[in-house]
Amino acid sequence: MQNDITGGLSNYIATQILKQPERSISNSEALISSGLIDSFSLVDLALFIEDTYGVHIDDTELNADTFDSLDQLATLIQQRQ
Amino acid sequence: MMDNFSQVLQKYYQDSPDQIAVHLLYSRQAEQTLTYRSLMSSACGYARALIKAGVEPGEVVVLILDHSEALVSAFWGCVLLGTIPTIMPFLSEKLSPDHYRKSLNALFEITAPSAVITRPEFAPEVQAAKAGQRDTGLRTVLIADETDSQPAAECGSGAQDSFAGLKRSAEEVVLLQHSSGTTGLQKGVALSHRAVFNQLESYSRALHLTAEDVIVSWLPLYHDMGLIAGFLLPILSGVPLVLMSPFDWVRAPYKLLQAVSNYRGTLTWMPNFAYNFCAQKIRARDLQAVDLSSWRAVINCSEPMHWRSHQAFLESFQPYGLRAEALATCYAMAENVFAVTQGGIDTPVCVDQVSQEVLLSHQEAVPMPNSDGATRMLSAGRPIVNTRLRILDPQGRELPERQIGEIALQSDCMLDGYYHRSDLTEKVFLDGWYLTGDLGYLANGELYVTGRKKDLIIVGGKNIYPQDLERLAGEVPGIHPGRVVAFGVFNERSGTEDVVIIAEIEQGTLLQSAGGKQQLTAIADEIRGRVTRGSDVALRYVKLVGKDWLIKTSSGKIARLANRAKYLAELATMP
Repeated sequence: MQNDITGGLSNYIATQILKQPERSISNSEALISSGLIDSFSLVDLALFIEDTYGVHIDDTELNADTFDSLDQLATLIQQRQ
Repeated sequence: MMDNFSQVLQKYYQDSPDQIAVHLLYSRQAEQTLTYRSLMSSACGYARALIKAGVEPGEVVVLILDHSEALVSAFWGCVLLGTIPTIMPFLSEKLSPDHYRKSLNALFEITAPSAVITRPEFAPEVQAAKAGQRDTGLRTVLIADETDSQPAAECGSGAQDSFAGLKRSAEEVVLLQHSSGTTGLQKGVALSHRAVFNQLESYSRALHLTAEDVIVSWLPLYHDMGLIAGFLLPILSGVPLVLMSPFDWVRAPYKLLQAVSNYRGTLTWMPNFAYNFCAQKIRARDLQAVDLSSWRAVINCSEPMHWRSHQAFLESFQPYGLRAEALATCYAMAENVFAVTQGGIDTPVCVDQVSQEVLLSHQEAVPMPNSDGATRMLSAGRPIVNTRLRILDPQGRELPERQIGEIALQSDCMLDGYYHRSDLTEKVFLDGWYLTGDLGYLANGELYVTGRKKDLIIVGGKNIYPQDLERLAGEVPGIHPGRVVAFGVFNERSGTEDVVIIAEIEQGTLLQSAGGKQQLTAIADEIRGRVTRGSDVALRYVKLVGKDWLIKTSSGKIARLANRAKYLAELATMP
């Protein structure tokens, strides 16, 4: 389950946000603190999560303190499902 | 007629102390409301702290603060003391501290500030930058949280009158504005009280600004649009300001519309990309009961304006009361304090339908009634009072209507100069006319901005100097030093420019060999990482090429515009 989620997120981030379909993102790689996902794309990520997993991520949670890797994000999603 | 900012602040403080100056909105705490009384009293606290630290009138004070009451108060405290404030972006977590330190050094080197006001967590960075300098004159680092604001009574007319800011002459410099990157930080636009007052007077007339207006802004104060339109214009005009953080807006753009609705906002300024951003990323559930009918002007400014962006914004928010007439445009630059032209206030923004082909090939805007092969140009409006425009050919001769050339201007609100850089100041004037480096044409008295002569990238309204990005990318191992070019390419979906970097690699054989791909990916990733951490720019496109791909000028420099054209031509012929 966790793997399905990280896979889905990774695919979305690589193709839609980074526009590098071949880019692989490891489950522990820093997403926000590294600048990999820029601030303009955070809303897109939140909307994708809501549409795909039915989980709401509040705008005040769109920061590296709440999640900074695919693993952390997938855990957050599962906790709320 | 007032001579300086402090006198205006004092006038509001004395005449209407309970009038609201600023509503500060936050995402994680309740809003704060500052009246002119509370603003004066907290500004007094900062002015006194600066005096205690030995800071003198006329010296530069750098403010490195997040969106907060501290930022607003510290700015006015500097003004009250007659020092020259300049606002720097607060360190975002992704920027490497090392690079931020370099930026500070670049800033300190030229502006030689005597004090920095910042947050405690940031003080070590500033101290480190201070230590890294030989002798900048930087004497003190003040911590915002430790500055007590004074009770208003202590700031009564007697106490305040002693502040040197009240005695500054109109011709003296009141503030500095910088754009980002090493290049921008070494080129501070110095503005006098007089220039800012003249701009505010002319611009208020163009906007028909009244005390009934309410300005709502999410723009950062380290940017001219945010500082002038979204901060000084309201506070110095007695117009309430509703200010939110750009950090919060980018995560929750709907909060801008909620703020307009809640406070009956009338005026907002945003760069073009924000129209697309709002239209694409705001959901209906966040707009329940939102009413945008009070919005009389949403002003597109600080990057190329696009008709499609306006349409998308209108289609999304018309159901919530947004009026088509509210869409407005403006051409502005820090060197003219802010606005040069304003459109869409007295009449709807003019749309000029011209031949795309002739525009590109003959540098002329030929009207085209049919939409086939035509492009819709949005007018930036007419010059504000006391600002004159000319379109010049490369020899500096004035061009007739509809011919594209460099935009030059003259006004009563020009910059005093680039601070401590008279060498640069001289270069931008030709026979008393300021050369903007922007290209455009005039038609029926309206200005249409078509492009840029200067090598500048504008992303989300923020000016980026390509040489800063090229330097960062050039440090990556495997890249031929000095063989890197950076430029912007318009992205229709986002409504702003994407940054592209092309770099020549040392080992050209990697491009052909099957096993080279992994190494190339690693190099490209390293470039992206360095540029992101070193510049706050999200880099989307990196193209690695072999030796001699890049076009050089006859003097051996990399020709940015020529390489951009080559890149676009290759892209167009790709299957």
